[in-house]
Amino acid sequence: MDSNKLTAWDVVEIARNPKRKTSLDYILEIFDEFIELHGDRISTDDKSIVCGIATIDDRSFTVIAEQKGRNTKENIERNFGMPNPSSYRKAIRFMKEAEKFNRPVITFIDTKGAYPGIEAEKKGQGEAIAKSMFEMAKLKVPIISIVIGEGSSGGALAIGVANKVYMLENAVYSILSPEGYSSILWKDASRYKEAAEKMKLTAKDLFELGIIDDIINEPAEMDEETFTKVSDNIKEHIKKDISDMCSLDKKDVVEHRYQKYRKIKGFMEV
Amino acid sequence: MIVDKIKKRESRNDITKKSKIDIPVGKWIKCDKCGEIVYKEIVRSNMNICPNCGHYFRMHIGRRLEQIIDEGTYKRFELKIETTNPLGLEDYPKKLKSLREKTGLEEAVACGTGKINGEEVVIAIMDSGFMMGSMGAVVGEKITYSIEKAIELKLPLIIFSVSGGARMQEGIISLMQMAKTTAALTKLDEAGLLYISVLTDPTYGGVTASFASLGDIILAEPGAMIGFAGPRVIEQTIGESLPEGFQTAEFLLEHGFIDKIVERKDLKDTLSQLVKLHKKRNFGDGGKNFFN
Repeated sequence: MDSNKLTAWDVVEIARNPKRKTSLDYILEIFDEFIELHGDRISTDDKSIVCGIATIDDRSFTVIAEQKGRNTKENIERNFGMPNPSSYRKAIRFMKEAEKFNRPVITFIDTKGAYPGIEAEKKGQGEAIAKSMFEMAKLKVPIISIVIGEGSSGGALAIGVANKVYMLENAVYSILSPEGYSSILWKDASRYKEAAEKMKLTAKDLFELGIIDDIINEPAEMDEETFTKVSDNIKEHIKKDISDMCSLDKKDVVEHRYQKYRKIKGFMEV
Repeated sequence: MIVDKIKKRESRNDITKKSKIDIPVGKWIKCDKCGEIVYKEIVRSNMNICPNCGHYFRMHIGRRLEQIIDEGTYKRFELKIETTNPLGLEDYPKKLKSLREKTGLEEAVACGTGKINGEEVVIAIMDSGFMMGSMGAVVGEKITYSIEKAIELKLPLIIFSVSGGARMQEGIISLMQMAKTTAALTKLDEAGLLYISVLTDPTYGGVTASFASLGDIILAEPGAMIGFAGPRVIEQTIGESLPEGFQTAEFLLEHGFIDKIVERKDLKDTLSQLVKLHKKRNFGDGGKNFFN
């Protein structure tokens, strides 16, 4: 497939492909070392978000990643990559640890959305997402986020408030799924393809809107060789950004992040 | 999803459209809880509460201001902004225009400074009558501006939320308002200022998942429906019906997300009391004279 000719819906399908590389695939490829750590220190260890410490050269990072299953069994264990409130609270715990030990944070975004369920609401899904963004917004270490597959709704943004945000070329990032979008806006779930075109959910759209900082190129169908290339590309972005941000003091890192969101317009003086 | 349900409730509310009884347009209102037809003036003088069953009607921004802010003290922020219609939807600007004419509101939120029993605050109030209080770029900017004003003026901030969530018509731009408002609240937090979030019926989606849940103190009106995902989405996802009282203010209180449920008649006094309590001298800034 020529990736220039893909429709927005084609890209959605690529982003959702169950064979697509997941966060852990990228983490293991990009970092020299990775140790996964567990637990939210409140009540549980949720597996839809993976957290840990990783290294590139002699630098350490905190990694927080939404993780889809690579088979049915793993998908059940990981709630199909749809985080619960406890997942975000676990992420927050690792963000704070990152700050304490001055580790930059790298997040990988890949979710259909925060899980909609009774228990999730009981435990405060909305509050958990809000608090995660809140902690990220004021975290005194650099944060880099990479949307590798599906970036759906607040469930994605919850771990995506970063100094630099990147998207793989065939990842999508949107307010919700095209199906949900057409159902809400046009009361007709069957117009999802049209919705996908309208929603500005591709990497190119988001780059043009100034919401992401760069597009990481990838082919429509990835093999092991291109996977290594794409991973190397992500790694180069991380290394460059961290080198650039090293000279900033803690206050400036937070302000840099603040301005990134403050300048997103969408309105005009009248 | 959520919006559908809310709209249904609204149309039930709208007695001027479909009424079995022939009653003068605009003077009467049907309570959507007990079904009683009640005289609008009586509801109005009763803080928009049904005199028959105590059900809380949703409130227009103007009415809420009258109820909460001391007369003649409200000064609105002069902020002349409009959406750029980022997705280029054809009907959206028309819809906004007709809503502005119909509701007399510029957008789904109004903000300014005012006094509550003499206590000066920055206040932002949302309105469900304007696109279900949904948050697009303008709402997000007005909320953010209010937060920044509170920091500049060193005033407590009070936000009354009522919203179906992020505004679909502005797509990803709406989603980003969650990050923008949240980021602004971190600055308010660091400035050590008080933020009281008041949740009213209904508060959902991107508003619940951002500024509405981030109050130092979170209050709610009795019976208000509050959640992230709408009830219908949850039912469809899990394939079972929802328990009685799910996502009500009382449910949230039980699960630890609300500090207090406050009846409408007590809201003004509770707010001024909380603001006053936070003006007391704190440990650390009084030195040796802490108890003097």
